Amino acid sequence: MEWLTLTIDGREVSVPKGTTVLDACRMNNIPIPTLCHAPELTSAGACRLCVVQIEGMRNLPPSCVTQATQGMKVETQNPKVRNARKVILELLVANHPLDCMTCQKMGDCSLAEYAYDYGVNGEVYQGEKRNLPIDSGNPFILRDQNKCILCGKCIKACSEIQGKSILDFSHRGFDTQVGPAFNLPYNESDCDFCGSCVSVCPVGALVEKQMVGKGRPWEVSKVQTTCPFCGVGCNFDLNVKDGKVIGVTSNPDAPVNGKALCVKGRFGMDMIYSDNRLTTPLIRKDGVLVPAEWDEALDLIATKLGEIKKTHGPNSIAALSSAHCTNEENYLMQKFMRAVIGTNNIDHCART
Amino acid sequence: MAENQRILVCAGTGCASSGALPIIDILNDEIKRQGLEETVSVVGTGCQGFCEKGPTLVIEPQQILYTRVTGEDVAEIVEQELIKGERVERLLLVDQTTQKPVSLMADIKFFAKQHRIILHNCGVIDPKKIEDYTARDGYKGIEKALKEMSPEDVLEEVKKSGLRGRGGAGFPTGLKWGFCRSTPSDKKYIICNADEGDPGAFMDRSVLEGDPHSVIEGMLIGAYAIGADEGYVYCRAEYPLAIKHLGIAIRQAEEAGYLGDNILGSGFNFHLNVFEGAGAFVCGEETALIASIEGKRGMPRVRPPFPAVSGLWGKPTNNNNVETWSNIPHILRNGAEWYGQFGTEKSKGTKIFALTGKVNNTGLVEVPMGTTLREIIFGIGDGIQGGKKFKAVQIGGPSGGCLPDDMLDLSVDYDTLMQAGAMVGSGGLVIMDETTCMVDIARYFLNFTKKESCGKCTPCREGTTRMYEILDRITKGEGKEEDLDTLETLALTIKETSLCGLGQSAPNPILATLKYFRHEYEAHIRNHKCPAHNCSALLSYTIDVEKCKMCSLCAKNCPTNCISGDKKTNTPYVIDEDKCIKCGTCIDKCKFGAVSRA
Repeated sequence: MEWLTLTIDGREVSVPKGTTVLDACRMNNIPIPTLCHAPELTSAGACRLCVVQIEGMRNLPPSCVTQATQGMKVETQNPKVRNARKVILELLVANHPLDCMTCQKMGDCSLAEYAYDYGVNGEVYQGEKRNLPIDSGNPFILRDQNKCILCGKCIKACSEIQGKSILDFSHRGFDTQVGPAFNLPYNESDCDFCGSCVSVCPVGALVEKQMVGKGRPWEVSKVQTTCPFCGVGCNFDLNVKDGKVIGVTSNPDAPVNGKALCVKGRFGMDMIYSDNRLTTPLIRKDGVLVPAEWDEALDLIATKLGEIKKTHGPNSIAALSSAHCTNEENYLMQKFMRAVIGTNNIDHCART
Repeated sequence: MAENQRILVCAGTGCASSGALPIIDILNDEIKRQGLEETVSVVGTGCQGFCEKGPTLVIEPQQILYTRVTGEDVAEIVEQELIKGERVERLLLVDQTTQKPVSLMADIKFFAKQHRIILHNCGVIDPKKIEDYTARDGYKGIEKALKEMSPEDVLEEVKKSGLRGRGGAGFPTGLKWGFCRSTPSDKKYIICNADEGDPGAFMDRSVLEGDPHSVIEGMLIGAYAIGADEGYVYCRAEYPLAIKHLGIAIRQAEEAGYLGDNILGSGFNFHLNVFEGAGAFVCGEETALIASIEGKRGMPRVRPPFPAVSGLWGKPTNNNNVETWSNIPHILRNGAEWYGQFGTEKSKGTKIFALTGKVNNTGLVEVPMGTTLREIIFGIGDGIQGGKKFKAVQIGGPSGGCLPDDMLDLSVDYDTLMQAGAMVGSGGLVIMDETTCMVDIARYFLNFTKKESCGKCTPCREGTTRMYEILDRITKGEGKEEDLDTLETLALTIKETSLCGLGQSAPNPILATLKYFRHEYEAHIRNHKCPAHNCSALLSYTIDVEKCKMCSLCAKNCPTNCISGDKKTNTPYVIDEDKCIKCGTCIDKCKFGAVSRA
């Protein structure tokens, strides 16, 4: 691998060729604020918060889309750079509802974090603010466009991670919005509710509806787990407060799926506390389902299957396996049907 | 008259809007009625440039100009001019300095002081006829390139000419072509940017309307040099006549073998498409323009990669504007050395400007680079309307700046103007007199850029709106002392951090007016006065009791009934400032000059 040496804030650092200035800074623990950048998405260079000063370059280039070059001299914290970032933050905050006290994102909001760092309180620019309706017509995602900072990450997550391209910008300038075609609410669009958009939103514009009012980020412990819904093996974080799962958030380090999840994994965990959930086997006795012990239930199944096979032959039995099971469990199921029962009557719910 | 005569009637968008089209038919009928059809022909041409005096027509070969012609004037023109050989004096232009009518184009300042290279066919030929173009050496440039020169030779010639991009940035054209040529690819595109959007600018429209083949020929030569076989003209849909004429020209060029496969038997192929823009100013920015052709939302993207490496459909693409392309045939036909004699050392050739505003002669003018602003405004433009005092010239459109009277002797070229805080831009020149408020002008341009911002990057999207709001407050007398510092900080940040040229140049009108007309801002903020008496919220109207004859005309005409008084009871007339909407009707109506505005 070819390495380059550049100077950042007077410090000489070496990075592999092809590294952006932003990544070069982050590899070396030099903090750069970003709102529109996400490592798993292509860079738009739109929020301009990551601007730096580079010797010999015109204006203040955004570090997320500027390639590091040999001998480059970068300044990331000088007054000019910090002032420019402060003005940009002031502009964003001036068009943002300051209802942080009740905002679900409080404690996990990038805009609030940077505003704190740069001493921005939203008083410099007083003028027009957006007043757009809140999209709450679906059970999963609460969308408040008034909080949107138009970083465009949700658009990229939808097209680059999920491949759906439901979202894009509409209108121009100050009136720019993000949304599905014709600005339809999410539930009237082709949205799958995978929630990838929520997972990348840096502010409170897109939040998990189920979690609203249930807990603050600092009250919640995150427990990494594997999704039980299918055999893909996605990982995510259960958000647990006072011993109760209040929701699911992406774990960016998940080895199989990264931040991507499907609607079941991200929004289906309320099934844990569902009254309809089966917690013991049930055996029908005199027409009524009665709770039973596992041994009793398994004995009954073994006896019945044995009788049927004996009386009617193995091909009178069929099994339908489930995507809820792991690959290994599905393998065992077909092995059981073929080797123990002696039939090829095995199918799977995902084979449609 | 023994000699054959041609009547060139301007049928460009400007003159057509003032009623030029019926004149052509009426002229033809009248000429027939007088039996002159053997010796006199009528030609509907592209823009002759003198739009404000339109409809205009020129009698050839004498080169006599008639202005503001109507259908009713036709019979008189035919009778006097064509039969008797005498002038119709009332339709001649009046020189504002001598106050005398002038008939010959050579004696009219507007034309005499221009140097027309790009516009040499505009207003002279019928743009709908390829034979009119070829009769004036049209397509000689591409013939020379294909028959006598290699693509490298062509590239060298363009580099040597010193031509710089006429879209505004002034990047050397040959260098740009070279980047695209040297990128290896199985397919390359060239684009003509005809998305002219600056308020008041219509250079490109006039070239496309009046001489479309020159653009096609320029693109052919460029495609040959670069190695492209397909091109697009991205023209705004608001230019229907330009699109129509371009369509006709493309069909004719295809039929004549100048476009298509194996052009002039050389083996070189080039196909040209027209793409109509959907009305976004930002699509003049090349990456947004390319996104728009691809069917995407017209938003700029970060560069690199530059279009020369990855442009339209990911292929190497070269984009120049209309005026740049139409320079190319002249350079090829006459050589780089010939071209280099016009202009300054670093800004070669001529430039077309749209001269508008408070100047006597408005219209399209072409001058060598390096001509002074004074020469353009007071020479070609014949000074300020109504004998008022010159205040500023806004140059370069919404991206440019306003320059005051002590900069009138600046040479109009890329580098000098950039240094002065303005820019050549696409070539808009708006002249302002003493009644123009410079804060209001900055506000006007910011209203434009804030609406046209694409919304992608934060500084431009949010910042242009905030700058507009501050300016709006100042013009209403609600400005605060700290507003000027806030404006300056904001303007400089937007300039340095915006993604594309639109945002990077949007603060220029503010920075330039703050630099040269700061006192006007201060007067609005500190004294709540508009020195130009333009900002209505800051005006107050008073009636001078000494001069007032109590005729009651002002009160009778006031739309808000805010003037009261009575002659019988000898109650003086006064204006109720709370009700006054500052419309100025009272001043217009008063015969005794008793009402004053301050």
